[in-house]
Amino acid sequence: MNEPVASAPQTLAQKLIARASGRGHASPGEFVTCRVDLAMCHDSGGPRRLKPMLAELGAPIWDRNRVVLVIDHYVPAEDEDARRIVRIARDWAREQALPHVYDGVGISHVVLPQCGHIRPGMLCVGGDSHASTAGAFGAYMLGVGSTEMLGVLVSGEVWVQVPQTVFMRWSGRLALGVSAKDMMLAMIGRFGVNVGHQQAIEYCGEAVSALSMNERMTLTNMSAELGAQVGLIAPDDETRTWLWQAGERDIELDGWRSDEDAPGVRHNFDASTLPPQIALPHSPALARDVADIEPTAIQVAHIGGCTGAKLDDLRAAARVLAGYRVDPRVRLLVAPASAHERDVAEREGILRHLQEAGAQILATSCGLCAGHGDGIPEDSTVISSIARNGRGRLGPDSARVFLASPYTVAASALRGRITDPREVLWDGDAEVVH
Amino acid sequence: MDKPVVGSGLLQRGRRAALGGVAGHRVWRLPADVDTEALAPGRWMKYGAEVIARHCLESLRPQFALQARPGDVIVAGANFGIGSSREQAASALVHLGIVAVVAPSYGGLFYRNAFSVGLPLLICRDAEAIADGETVSFDLERGIVRCVADAAGQQLRGPQFSCDPIPPFLLAMVRAGGLLPQLKRRLHRPAGDAPSVART
Repeated sequence: MNEPVASAPQTLAQKLIARASGRGHASPGEFVTCRVDLAMCHDSGGPRRLKPMLAELGAPIWDRNRVVLVIDHYVPAEDEDARRIVRIARDWAREQALPHVYDGVGISHVVLPQCGHIRPGMLCVGGDSHASTAGAFGAYMLGVGSTEMLGVLVSGEVWVQVPQTVFMRWSGRLALGVSAKDMMLAMIGRFGVNVGHQQAIEYCGEAVSALSMNERMTLTNMSAELGAQVGLIAPDDETRTWLWQAGERDIELDGWRSDEDAPGVRHNFDASTLPPQIALPHSPALARDVADIEPTAIQVAHIGGCTGAKLDDLRAAARVLAGYRVDPRVRLLVAPASAHERDVAEREGILRHLQEAGAQILATSCGLCAGHGDGIPEDSTVISSIARNGRGRLGPDSARVFLASPYTVAASALRGRITDPREVLWDGDAEVVH
Repeated sequence: MDKPVVGSGLLQRGRRAALGGVAGHRVWRLPADVDTEALAPGRWMKYGAEVIARHCLESLRPQFALQARPGDVIVAGANFGIGSSREQAASALVHLGIVAVVAPSYGGLFYRNAFSVGLPLLICRDAEAIADGETVSFDLERGIVRCVADAAGQQLRGPQFSCDPIPPFLLAMVRAGGLLPQLKRRLHRPAGDAPSVART
């Protein structure tokens, strides 16, 4: 086999790993050791598991400034067990004098970039499968479990197998009422839940460039559902502007993109012809056109989670619901992804539109999507904007959970049955909200 | 150089199949796409590994947690362990005494977690040819799985399936019993090297 030369075309994933591993070139398939720029843990997989293991090792944290703790799973604490878990997290943060702790202010994957922790070019680890969300900003963020996180905390290093890259190129522009969630469900429906086994998926093309950062985060977040090691989008001016607003200056974009002839598998899609998608119970891979499914009555409509309740998701739901009431047989639950998101939605009047439509606003945490709370009755049919619908994900095993975009969830809440949002949206709706 | 004992070591710890007295590992055969929710259900996640293990796979094989015996193996279809980062999906299996998983492919995070908690995973394209209740032997170093008895315990010179090679640093991690004992050993080495995880 020929040694790769430094000038050989490289993917964004290769470049990010090459930097973090201190090499000129990282070849797909190689196992390399990377320096970690940032490690995020949350209250579920974090302190309650890390604290005893760190104590057992008797080792200090390698660099506190590079550790972020987000308490987002067990807040608000619903019982004594949850209170204990949250208490351990808070005590540990104090004992370790962690400088970056976000307690009950939102879901980690949204809070991290919002609070200026993610920049293009970084290599990060997160104790969560949806850590890949940071890829929307051109950062390589690997999901790890608790024991691996322990390894990172004491050494500042993590192993990575340099992935192949699958390029998902989307041409054209999305139609009204169609969003990044539909793109994602279409890809998962076509390729299945593990096409990306340990690979990198890079989203590109006109339709991706046209997406807001919130929408891009939906793609990289749900790369986990495609089985990818990471999901990446090359940072651009949109990224820079968003990060500027989050307080980050001097963002370096140069070079954080795949070279023209970079190796990889390429798939092409046309965004302009994509209709709204829905995944049937109990797998995101069971995606279909919403228009193709049988009439299905729903009892709960849920807008929540790291992928489905960002500001743009709340805006989308409000766009459908403003000025209307949801079907009286439907319970609409909305859990904004972060307190910041909730506050902006409040200022924009979005929250009021949702509440007047009948929405119950829940806490800004993982909530139902982490199996907490009792919002979902046994045997109910649910439509949700979260990322995955494995049996029992929202609580009862007997619940049938459909996955769809916030537009589709809102339209279905309105009609009391699964509904293509294009039936209830028209161009003029945009003005109702703002 | 550590002694290459992983495969044989696990075999020694393995059980002799109840029927026929064939040395090897009883197979729990599972379908494709078994996710972490099935392995470690979300509503039990606030409890310790012992409780989670009692509910491991209850939505697919309600008897699994009750009947799994130390030394058993799981043989599954593609995408075993897809889903969340919860390490308990792998540690629940370790807790129940499962000594290896054989499947055509795994969730990426589950793959990392399993080795971290000392559970070896074999990538075997032909895993689906192995039936529930059969007895297999395996060799991690050579990447081989062999059927040695059928579900009735009848000894057979069964087919031998080859698996992808496991990277040496992951074999070393499994050999050490997982990342935590490995780190412990490294940190408390008198030479006092800076701690290093699973150097590739």
